[in-house]
Amino acid sequence: MAEFLQHLVNALVLGGTYALLGIGLTLIFGIMRIVNFTHGELFAFGAYFVYLFAMLLGFNFFIAFAIAVVGGCLLGAAIEFILLRPLRGADIETTMLVTIGAWIIMQNTELLVWGGVAKAITTPFPETPLVIGAISVSPLRVFVLVIALVLIGGTYALIHRTKLGMGMRATFQDSETAELMGLNIRGIYTATFSIGSGLAAAAGALLGPVFLAAPTMGDLASLKAFAIVILGGLGNITGATIGGFLLAIIEELGAGYISSGYRDAMGFLIIIAVLLVKPTGLFARAERIG
Amino acid sequence: MGQASTNKQALSLEHVSVNFGGLRAIADVSFEVQDGEVVGLIGPNGAGKTTAFNLITGFVRAFAGNILYHGTQLNGLRPHEIAALGLVRTFQRTSVFPNNTVFENALIGLHRRGRSTLWDTILALPRERTSEKELADEAWDILRTVGLDMRASEPAGSLPYGEQRLVGVALALAAKPSMLLLDEPVSGMNASETVKFMKLIEAIRARGMTILLVEHDMRMVMGVSDRVVVLNHGQIIAEGTPAVVQRNPEVVQAYLGRGAARA
Amino acid sequence: MSRYAPIFWLVIFLTVPLWLKDQYFLHVLIITGIFIIAAMSLNLLLGFTGQLSLGHIAFFGIGAYASSLTSVGFDVELFGVVRVVHKPWPAVAGLIIGTALAGFCGFLIGKLSFKVRGAYFIIVTLSFAEVTRLVALNWVELTQGPMAINNVPPFTVGLPGLGYVALWNKAYYYYLVLFIAILAYILIARLVGSRIGRAMVALKENESLAVSIGIDVTRYLILGAVVSAALAGAAGSLYAHYVKIIDPDVFHFMYTVTMIIMVITGGKGTLAGPIVGGLIFGFLPVAVRSFASPEVQWMIYGVFMIIIVFVLPQGIVPAVTQWIESFRSRPPNDTGPALASLATSRKED
Repeated sequence: MAEFLQHLVNALVLGGTYALLGIGLTLIFGIMRIVNFTHGELFAFGAYFVYLFAMLLGFNFFIAFAIAVVGGCLLGAAIEFILLRPLRGADIETTMLVTIGAWIIMQNTELLVWGGVAKAITTPFPETPLVIGAISVSPLRVFVLVIALVLIGGTYALIHRTKLGMGMRATFQDSETAELMGLNIRGIYTATFSIGSGLAAAAGALLGPVFLAAPTMGDLASLKAFAIVILGGLGNITGATIGGFLLAIIEELGAGYISSGYRDAMGFLIIIAVLLVKPTGLFARAERIG
Repeated sequence: MGQASTNKQALSLEHVSVNFGGLRAIADVSFEVQDGEVVGLIGPNGAGKTTAFNLITGFVRAFAGNILYHGTQLNGLRPHEIAALGLVRTFQRTSVFPNNTVFENALIGLHRRGRSTLWDTILALPRERTSEKELADEAWDILRTVGLDMRASEPAGSLPYGEQRLVGVALALAAKPSMLLLDEPVSGMNASETVKFMKLIEAIRARGMTILLVEHDMRMVMGVSDRVVVLNHGQIIAEGTPAVVQRNPEVVQAYLGRGAARA
Repeated sequence: MSRYAPIFWLVIFLTVPLWLKDQYFLHVLIITGIFIIAAMSLNLLLGFTGQLSLGHIAFFGIGAYASSLTSVGFDVELFGVVRVVHKPWPAVAGLIIGTALAGFCGFLIGKLSFKVRGAYFIIVTLSFAEVTRLVALNWVELTQGPMAINNVPPFTVGLPGLGYVALWNKAYYYYLVLFIAILAYILIARLVGSRIGRAMVALKENESLAVSIGIDVTRYLILGAVVSAALAGAAGSLYAHYVKIIDPDVFHFMYTVTMIIMVITGGKGTLAGPIVGGLIFGFLPVAVRSFASPEVQWMIYGVFMIIIVFVLPQGIVPAVTQWIESFRSRPPNDTGPALASLATSRKED
C-alpha cells in the first residue's frame, strides 16, 4: 500500500508537467490543426535554458526558470512567424513536415552546443525529502507540482477569462467564421503557438532539475504529448490535464509493477488501445469526412 | 408516366428521423419512390434535403425508422455497400476528382465494374488487360452519353462549373446505378446548360433508371419530375404531382412565394 | 525518348559493378538501394493512398529482426510456460518470413488505424514504431536487446546438388538488392496503374465521392498498408543480412524521416520520385561527410526538408516533368493532346 501511494505521489509530480506538455500541444493541434514536432524540442529547450542561466551564468534558479518560460514563448512565436505563417491553409501533412524539419535542426543544434552528455541542474531546494508516513517526496518535486498546477490554472484563466482566450475558442470552433467576424486569426495563431511552446518549455524547465537535461529528451516528450492529446481529446484542455495525470499514473504503475523497461511504451499502448476501443469517442471533434 | 408502367417499389423511407446533437434534422419522414420514377425532393434551405440524401446513401445514420431499397434494409450499411446495391448519388459541391482527367474520372466511376482480381493485376495476367480495355470502352460510352468526350483528357478541375457537374453525373452513371440520386445537379449551370441537362435526365430515365433529385431550380424540378416531395423543417409538408404541389398553399407559404410562385 | 528511358536506366544500374570499382561507393549504393525500396513502399501509402506512416521504420525493423532470427535461430520461453526453440534456417527463408510478418503487421495497423485517418494515423504509426523499438530493446531473451543480434548469415544462391554460393561479395549483393528493387518497382507500378491504384487515388482525393461510387475504403487502405509494410520488411531483411548485425537502433525515428525526405524530395505519388530522392539522400552524406559532423549533416537534412516544402512542394520529379512538358506543348494549341488521346483510344476500339 505504501509503495502504491509512493507511486501515486511520483505520478502526481510527473503528471503536472505532462499536463503542461499536453495542454500546450492540444492548443496548437486543436486550434491550428498542426501536428507539431517541435513541441518536444521546446521542452528540451526549457531544461537547457534553466541549465544555461542557473548553472553557467549564475542566475537565481527562479529567475532562470522564468527566463526559460518566456524564452520558450518567444522561440515558439518565432517558429510560427517564420515557418508556419507562410503555410497557412496548407494541409496537415505539409505543416507537419516543416515541424519535423525544424525539430531535426533544433535537436542537432542542441547536440552541437551542449554535447551528447546529459547535464545536471542543481536547485536551491534542500536535498532532504519531506516524509509523511511511509511516503517521501523531495521539496523540489513539491515545487514542480505547485508551479505546474499554477500554470495549468493560469492557462484556464487565459482561455476562459481573456479576450485572447475567447478568440482562441472561437477559432477552434470555426476559424473561417471567426475570421469573418473580424478576429485577427494570424495574431491568434501566433499567440497560440507561443503559449503552447511556453508551456512545453515550462514543463522542461521543471523536469530538467528533477532528472537531467539531455539533447534527446525532446523525442519522447513529443510522443508523450501526442499520447496525452489523443487520450484527452483534440483541443480539449481539461482532457489534456486529466490525460497528463492519467499517463503519468499508468507509466508509474506500469514501471513499478510490470517492467520498468516498458515505462515509455505505456503511452503508445494507450494510443493504440484508445483508437482500438473508441476511435472517435474520446476526441472533442471527429475528423471531418469529405 | 414511369409510375404507370411499372409499379414496383424501389426506395422507401419509413418514419425516419435524424438527429444532429439534439437538433432534429429530419423528423418522422416517410416517402417512397417507384421503379422508373423521377421524384423531385424540394424545400427551402435547411429543410433537410441534403441530410435525406446523406441518410439514404449511408453517410448519416438514422436515429429511428427504416430505409429500404428493393426490400433490402439500408440502415447500418456503409456508403460503398449501398452503392453496390445500385443506389448512387452525386454531390452538391465536390462532385469530381479535380486532379484527374475527365476520362480518368469516368474510369474511377467504373470501379465496381472491373473484373480483374488482385493477382491478375500484380502478375499482369490477360484478364487484367481485357478488363482494363472494357473499362476504357465503357468510359468512352459514358462520356459520349453526357457529352464530355471532347473534354476527356482535360483535368476535371479545370472545366467550367457546369461541365464539372456533368463529370459528377458521369462518375455516378459509371457505377451503373439502378437508382440515381442527384444533389442540385443544375446549380451553377446557365439556362441552356440546364435545358441540355433536362434532356440528359430524360435520356437516363429512358434506360429505366429511377431518379431522386434535390434541386432549387423549380422550372427544372417541375419539368422533369413525375412526383414532388416537399420538405420543410425536416418534415414532409406536401407530396404529389408537380401541378398539385405547386398549388398547395403550405408549399407556397414555405417558399414565401419565391420559387413556387415563379415556377 | 521516354520509351527508352527505362531501358537506359536499367542498363546503367545493371552495369554499375562493372565500371564502379570503388568498394565504398558500391557499399553506399547497396545501402541506398535498400532505402530506396523502403522509400518506394512508403510512397505507396503516402503518395497514392494519402496516408502518412510515421512509423514506417517499424516494418523495416520487423523485417530485419524476423529475418535475422529466422536465420540465426532462437530459444525463448513464452510467459514462463512454453519453450520455443528455433534452429537456424537459410537466409532466404528469413527474407520470406520477414516480408510476410511485416505485411501482417501492416494489416493489423491498417485494420486499427484506418478507423481514424489523417493526424491520428500518423500518431498511431509513430506509436507502433516506438512500441516495437521498446520490445526489441527489452525482450532480451529473443532479441539480445542492446547487445544486438550478431553474425546474421548472408544470403546463399545455388541449386541442390550443385553447391551454394554465399553472397559476401558486394557486387553480388548489389545485384540482389537491384533485383528486389526492380520487383518492388514493378509490383507498385502494376498496382497504381490499375483499377486498384485508381481507387486509392480516388480515396486520397475525395473519400466521400469515392465511397459513393462503391469503392470500399477499408479494403484499399489495408491493401496499401499490407503491400507497403511487406516491402519495407523485405528491405529490412536485405539490410540485416548485409550489415550482419541488428540492434534496436534500427527502429530509430530518423530512418523514417530519411524515407519521408526521400519521397517528398523526389515527388510523392510518382513512381520515379523515391528513386530520385533516394539517390540524392543516399549520397548526400557521402558528399558532406568530409566537412560536416553528423549533427551538421542532420541539420542539412532538416533545412533541405523545409526548403523542399516551401520551394518544390510537389517534389523534383513532377517539377521536371512539368518543365519538359512546357517545352513540348508550346507550339500546338490546347485541344491538341485531347484530340490525340481521343484518336488513339478510338483506334483501339
